[in-house]
Amino acid sequence: MSRPTGPPTNGTFLGMPAVPPRSPYGTGHLRGTRKFPEAARDELGNEQLRRNLGRATRTIRGKRLDATGELPDWERLRDAGAAIKSDTMNRLPELLEQLERKVTEHGGTVHWARDGVEANEIVARLVKDTGSDEVLKVKSMATQEIGLNEHLESEGITAYETDLAELIVQLAGDQPSHILVPAIHRNRDEIREIFLREIPGVDPGLDTVPAHLAAAARAYLREKFMTARVAVSGANFGIAETGTLSVVESEGNGRMCLTLPETLITVMGIEKVLPRFADLEVFLQLLPRSSTGERMNPYTSMWTGVTPGDGPQDFHLVLLDNGRTAALADRVGREALNCIRCSACLNVCPVYERTGGHAYGSVYPGPIGAVLTPQLAGMHGTDHDPNSSLPYASSLCGACFDACPVKIDIPSLLVELRHQHTEESGTTAEALAMKAAAAVMKRPKLFTAAQRTAGLGRVLAGRSGTFSRLPAPFSGWSDSRDTPAPPAQSFRSWLASAEGAATMRAAAAEGARHPDDDAPEGS
Amino acid sequence: MRIGLFATCLGDTLFPEAVKSTAVLLARLGHDVVFPPEQTCCGQMHVNTGYQREPVPLVRNFAEQFGDPSIEAVVMPSGSCAGSVRHQHEIVAERYGDAGLRTGVAAVKAKTYELSEFLVDVLGVTDVGAYFPHRVTYHPTCHSLRMLRVGEKPLRLLRAVEDIRLVELPEAEACCGFGGTFAVKNAATSSAMLRDKMDHITGTGAEVCTAGDSSCLMHIGGGLSRIRSGTRTLHLAQILSSTRTSPHVLAEATR
Ligand code: SF4
Repeated sequence: MSRPTGPPTNGTFLGMPAVPPRSPYGTGHLRGTRKFPEAARDELGNEQLRRNLGRATRTIRGKRLDATGELPDWERLRDAGAAIKSDTMNRLPELLEQLERKVTEHGGTVHWARDGVEANEIVARLVKDTGSDEVLKVKSMATQEIGLNEHLESEGITAYETDLAELIVQLAGDQPSHILVPAIHRNRDEIREIFLREIPGVDPGLDTVPAHLAAAARAYLREKFMTARVAVSGANFGIAETGTLSVVESEGNGRMCLTLPETLITVMGIEKVLPRFADLEVFLQLLPRSSTGERMNPYTSMWTGVTPGDGPQDFHLVLLDNGRTAALADRVGREALNCIRCSACLNVCPVYERTGGHAYGSVYPGPIGAVLTPQLAGMHGTDHDPNSSLPYASSLCGACFDACPVKIDIPSLLVELRHQHTEESGTTAEALAMKAAAAVMKRPKLFTAAQRTAGLGRVLAGRSGTFSRLPAPFSGWSDSRDTPAPPAQSFRSWLASAEGAATMRAAAAEGARHPDDDAPEGS
Repeated sequence: MRIGLFATCLGDTLFPEAVKSTAVLLARLGHDVVFPPEQTCCGQMHVNTGYQREPVPLVRNFAEQFGDPSIEAVVMPSGSCAGSVRHQHEIVAERYGDAGLRTGVAAVKAKTYELSEFLVDVLGVTDVGAYFPHRVTYHPTCHSLRMLRVGEKPLRLLRAVEDIRLVELPEAEACCGFGGTFAVKNAATSSAMLRDKMDHITGTGAEVCTAGDSSCLMHIGGGLSRIRSGTRTLHLAQILSSTRTSPHVLAEATR
């Protein structure tokens, strides 16, 4: 693209003539190293992974259907959620400025981070200012997105994940593979092994009973909770009207981090703002039911700036762009910013269920990841950027659209991203083939002639009437499917034949005998 | 009623029996079936693969072929093509078309139906007088299910078929993994999805798996043939057009 990319200034994101910046290369986890089809092929070979995933997603799918089905106004709640989110996106700059004002009024400090690099630097500086060299982490997608833990480590600061699943991933030196259940790809045996290996002083007799595993993690974390002076969190919601931040969770470890330390630093994607406090009513119903299939999540924490003598006395809010303005500037792509990271679309996606999250190469896997990742980080260099393969990592079955609590039309967004991608990549072999196909199909005479040639395929198919081996790029298809040879006669030539005409006349004659029909007689 | 039959490019070329059955069925129900001869393809494959300029002439041709106001309804034996006409033609016309195309597209969209919704919603019939004495399982295709919301309509039609033994397909609503070029671009993932779908189908012991879309049936049928399962695929229209006087005879399955 040739338009200039000027630096965005605080608050005035919309209407800028410049192309807004995407997330930079080399920072964070929005880009894998391999294209989806290749990465997926390896994951598909992992039977254990598929069993773990199949079982987990099937259970949570059932729970979600129960939890959403019991609400008589579920569809209206979804509409309300979608409407509030669209309204938010339409006046994001104004709402963010309001949020900044309110947080500041209540004694907090707001920082603006253009991308992951800036956000990481801001957080590291804030931690250093406290004199501490360790931080507690509340489970957060935003900090995963920018690779905060890795950055802090390079600055000599140790980050401790406190969410159980996130802790498992961290201890294993692994990457999360699910938005909500980052260790969904691990089973109990694997978790036990990770704990035995990585937690100092863990009981060597530890078994695989979930409660015992959780207890081991708790004992490990307890000491940290009591001693750590700094915590870093994300935010599920930030309320512009009041300056209130909110985190919802299941285990209570998040609340410990949000209340015990002296300093709290929250990194929040700018799209997480909501206009009014009352909007929480809608989202605190939509989110837990969609994500964990629960009526209500066990812990909902809310805080507004600082309260003298109670909780952290120093509060910082880092507002993260990292490609969100670029997505917002996209007429269609901005819909993806409505996402509340419930992960319902992952759990219903047949592709995710087979490949798992790592194949997507991003902290945002599954259907929404396939949309959001290229939006935030771009999809460049047709052949080399794995992100350009993400919009095609879907059969467009539409299950994600049905599940999404804020009604994001993910299939249509994928089709749109595919279009943007083909427009940008220019003349490829596929583009030529598509052009050629359209050229034939727009001329009925050519199409009919092509059908006749296709009929010749019968000769090639041999006696079985099917092709069992097709040349590239169709060889993957023919690995597991036979392809029927085109029949000798197309429908249109049958219809034009004496036999076709006679058959249709006979059918019409039968139809004419139906007394209960007032339609005109056959032609 | 004067019905414009859209054969779909795939149906016309590779699965003419499904289209013949559709034509015969509609004629037998007493309707005037016309086949605009210059019709070709709805352009779905192009749009789904990311190409929106290329199908402009296809969208235009479709609107012209079926724009004739004497055609009261446009019917096709394909949920995904109906979905394309109803949801994608507008997108293409808006982005790359002119005012004339936009008007034409809107007019045709309003009278376009997939076969089962046309029978049940427009004609108000569920019993089409069919006879099919076989064990059948039904796979609801994704586009029929989620783009067109045909819901139970195909099943209502099947339940009314004389002597049919309809068996429920477990996890019926799961995608078979076709997705057009998805099956080529992500062949391994698509095959994994297909394998599960085939397990569910063969587990029912059905002789026939039916659906409302030849493309999904090509995928499922191609897989069933490869594993020599003995279960065949037939388009819904072929079952609905089978009667006591001219029954559809099941050919020997490939073994
Ligand atoms: S896209 Fe929708 S379903 Fe998927 S995570 Fe976001 S809000 Fe949930």
